Amino acid sequence: MSLNRRNMVLLAAAALVLAGCGGQGGTSGTASGTASAAKVTVEWWNISTTEPLKSFWAQKVKEYQAAHPNVTIKNVPIENEAFKAKLSTVAQSGKTPDLYSTWGGGVLKQQIDAGLVKDLSSEAATWIADFTPAALQAYQFDRKTYAIPTDIGMVGFWYNKSLFTKAGISEPPATWTAFLEDVTKLKNAGVTPIALAGKEKWPGHYYWAYLAMRVAGLDALKQAAIDDDFTKPDFVAAGTHLKELVDLQPFQKGFLGAGYSTPDGQAATMGNGKAAMELMGQWAPVVEKDSGKGLGKDLGFFGFPAVDGGKGSTGDVFGGGGGYAVGVNAPPAAVDFLKYISQKDVHRAAVETGALLPVLKGEEEAVKDPNLAVVAQTLAGATGFQLYLDQAYPPAVGQEVNDSVAALIAGAKTPDQVAKAITETAKSE
Amino acid sequence: MTRPALTDVRPEILTRSPRGGRPPVTPSARGRRARGLVTVTLFLLPALVLFGLLVLAPIAVAMYTSVFKWNGLGGLPSDFIGLDNFTRAFGDEVFVGDLRRGLVLIVLSILIQLPLSLAIAMLLNQKMRGRAFYRLLFFAPYVLSEVITGVLFTMILSPDTGLANQILGAVGLDSLRSSWLAEPSTVMMSLFLVMTWKYFGFHMILYLAGRQGIPRELGEAAAIDGAGSWDQFRYVTLPLLGPTIRISVFLSVIGAIQLFDLVWVLTSGGPIHSSETMAVTMFQFGFKRTQIGYASAISVVMFGISLVFALAYQRFVLRRDTEGAITSMRGKR
Repeated sequence: MSLNRRNMVLLAAAALVLAGCGGQGGTSGTASGTASAAKVTVEWWNISTTEPLKSFWAQKVKEYQAAHPNVTIKNVPIENEAFKAKLSTVAQSGKTPDLYSTWGGGVLKQQIDAGLVKDLSSEAATWIADFTPAALQAYQFDRKTYAIPTDIGMVGFWYNKSLFTKAGISEPPATWTAFLEDVTKLKNAGVTPIALAGKEKWPGHYYWAYLAMRVAGLDALKQAAIDDDFTKPDFVAAGTHLKELVDLQPFQKGFLGAGYSTPDGQAATMGNGKAAMELMGQWAPVVEKDSGKGLGKDLGFFGFPAVDGGKGSTGDVFGGGGGYAVGVNAPPAAVDFLKYISQKDVHRAAVETGALLPVLKGEEEAVKDPNLAVVAQTLAGATGFQLYLDQAYPPAVGQEVNDSVAALIAGAKTPDQVAKAITETAKSE
Repeated sequence: MTRPALTDVRPEILTRSPRGGRPPVTPSARGRRARGLVTVTLFLLPALVLFGLLVLAPIAVAMYTSVFKWNGLGGLPSDFIGLDNFTRAFGDEVFVGDLRRGLVLIVLSILIQLPLSLAIAMLLNQKMRGRAFYRLLFFAPYVLSEVITGVLFTMILSPDTGLANQILGAVGLDSLRSSWLAEPSTVMMSLFLVMTWKYFGFHMILYLAGRQGIPRELGEAAAIDGAGSWDQFRYVTLPLLGPTIRISVFLSVIGAIQLFDLVWVLTSGGPIHSSETMAVTMFQFGFKRTQIGYASAISVVMFGISLVFALAYQRFVLRRDTEGAITSMRGKR
């Protein structure tokens, strides 16, 4: 006991001395001026609470601090939903962390309008050019860039190849009509065609959003957000097409109460081979494996089919990513650290862990997983990009899209009512 | 929030009329009394400051923001819209539905959950083997957190693999199998079932404690007068349990008005809002849609309903329980 205690005291003393040395080293090391010599702490809120990214970033923080002794990066990983709640609370008090995760779109726009976010356009101009336009899009407003992407992905159909074969479907459908026929074929073969998390609403909005992209086109979606008008015939048509699918009753039993990653949720249903497909983002294979058995080689990916007579291109993709925004009062070191974790070799290493997808130009071959490689290539060749509607629009409008589409899927709203409800909310914002 | 606030001091504050507790003042005692007042104030100060900052101030702020259109960002709210948030709430079918569903839960709680708790409490008051064990067993659900209960029951009520449907299938009642939490028609019933499971133990303990405060002699006297066990219950136990029952009803109603976490975990208010409560709607608008002004208006309505109910209940129902204390004090004056 006494030895332990003595050791502890020794350790503490050593730590004190070391800390003192560290401080001195910092001041003597930077001769350029007193401002840069002063100790700086950068608080970094991110959502990398799971491996491999958790330890990857922790390592990068260590490396950065070793190179910049006067900077302390306070690495604060927070679980996704908790992060959103925590950030919205601090944002309402008029503050943000120095560096924090963002998904861009309407939520970021609200923070920008409130004067909380630093405009990175000129400060980061040289290295912003390295990113793909699709990855940057969610963070750019009025030609200014307010955040740096770290991940990008897209939504598409993940399907179970063996169940498709069982139903006699040789290749993934290319048009909506063929898609509906395949759903019927799957049903006739006794297979649940689609897994859906009806409780969580956001997975349902993917269908309406993609149909709106295919029928009305990307420009119409942008224009609708400006005019606050979603009642154009094309948007009602998107709802009608979704209703055609809903009328086939393609979803698993009790889907209205199903969560996404819960033990009996959408991902588990899919991952356990109890449904033939799900419309989901690039993270789907991981979650399928986490909450179910996972499909392994049976898992395939195809893009959202075209709609006959639609104005949108099949090359347009729907998705989103993650990035980091810098608080308006953050020290310059925050931008410098962001630059460090965004530079080619560091980000490439992050992509190689399999947890992130390429956001820098020419990074695609760093993706090892065959399914994710398909996603990365589709993204690289995309003709247009639409951010998740519940991110792109102001939160109230985005949630109304989720809510109304959920009601449509549950049979409680008509396509017309969906268009009107979204318009009404958009106008009141 | 749904857990009945045992530490809630409002009932006492409200019933104790300002003059009620004051001891008689005599000139000789005045100096001592003034000093006593200083001491009392000093001791109360920390609690009063905390109460002011953490209870009164947020209520005031919520009332203030409820008359603005405000997304919570960019300093103080500036877009004054009067009572529009309130008219919007009462014109919104989801919010009006919240009120209706709240009422349903309250009525069901009083008519089913509380009588059930009372019955079990009476049973467990009998001399029987393993009585302590049963008391512990029935009280156990109340000790679990709402979130754990929610997760537990999403599994039990899951449509395919859930225990509930498995059992129904095993005993040949396949026709009764249902997607409990996924059907608008069954979700409220399922929710009430979970609520009952979670809270009946708490009310049971209240009743048990109340029952044990009733002197045995009263029952014996009634028995000598020829009362059967039902008559003893009806004319001796039940009236004497009155104060306990009235408090238990009060806690149950306030709990139902503020119900949030259990619903959030079980259904998130769905499907299509058919299990949404006021608190869930408030959360949706406040934190998901960032319409803080409107969410504040909903919270103010919730507060108003709770306050009016609490005051009315104090005035008309609980008064007789506290009256004795107050009248005896008055008698001294």
